[in-house]
Amino acid sequence: MIVTFDIIILVFLVLAAIIALSVKDLLAAAMVFGIYGFLICLLWAEMGAVDVAFTEATVGAGVSTVLIVATVLNTRRRSTD
Amino acid sequence: MKAKIFASIAVVITGAILLYAVIDFPDFGDPGSPPNAGVPGGAPAASRYYIQNTYRDSKVPNLVTAVLADYRGYDTMFETVVILTAGISIFAILRVVRRDDDPSAPEPVASDRTIDGDHHRIIVGITCRIAAPLIQIFALYVVAHGHYSPGGGFQGGVMLGASFILLALSGSLRETLARFSERDYTRLAFVGILIYAGLGLLPMWVGRNFLDYGALSGLFMTKGEEMARSHSMLGVEIGVAITVMSIMFAMFANLSTRGRLQGGL
Repeated sequence: MIVTFDIIILVFLVLAAIIALSVKDLLAAAMVFGIYGFLICLLWAEMGAVDVAFTEATVGAGVSTVLIVATVLNTRRRSTD
Repeated sequence: MKAKIFASIAVVITGAILLYAVIDFPDFGDPGSPPNAGVPGGAPAASRYYIQNTYRDSKVPNLVTAVLADYRGYDTMFETVVILTAGISIFAILRVVRRDDDPSAPEPVASDRTIDGDHHRIIVGITCRIAAPLIQIFALYVVAHGHYSPGGGFQGGVMLGASFILLALSGSLRETLARFSERDYTRLAFVGILIYAGLGLLPMWVGRNFLDYGALSGLFMTKGEEMARSHSMLGVEIGVAITVMSIMFAMFANLSTRGRLQGGL
């Protein structure tokens, strides 16, 4: 494990999670959620779990972001809480 | 506001408990941890068995695929069933068929609901049309090469589905549905599961256990049972890929059109 790389990814991971939860524009939240998935993918790859990283890159960062965006565009774009 | 405070307190407490539980975990890559070294006088070491015997048992270099598709075949089969169930649920909740929906009706005019309000996206559309077959070829490579390198049915299936989603996003959903219709993807979703379960059932024909692929050496005309297991893994990966591809596209088609399969983003 490369500790500095780990720490950088983890810091950005927490930041992305907080931003995705707090931002009012749900389309932006969906994009940040995609970044979150991609950071987790990097973390898996760095730990040597390449199969899991591949799944996370395709499902977490790819298709699920598109599905969330499709849902947001069909509902309301602004979060009310 | 009050509910938010209570929710954050609950989240902090749960997180603290989880972090406390993590202390008991073995270290990352610890060779002395129970899965790696076994329990003295108890369970044997599972990881060690897979690392030492996978290549001997099935001639598959990628241990992860061998564990997923062969040793733990039941898990993967029912994971695929879970995907299918998710697709069926989205269909059951969202899909609406209205009598006034005419499939030959012209595309609705671009509304403010679309991303940029422009339905003629020529540059994006043509770029994605060129990219889609390349994505599909890479996805087929990922499926076919899943037991030699990272990848497999699930990842390849998602990529195949994503290529259709890309076409629907950049061009029009109607054109994509003309190539991969609702009838096609609904059938293919079940065909994938049936390929998996069928390959599992075939060994029972000759009196072996469910998913015991070694018995299929006659069917695949291989010398030993090892290569039969390897080929069967490829077979079940293809089944998984077909189901996942269909369900991913079905989810997108239903979610992006509120279940009407018309218009689209």
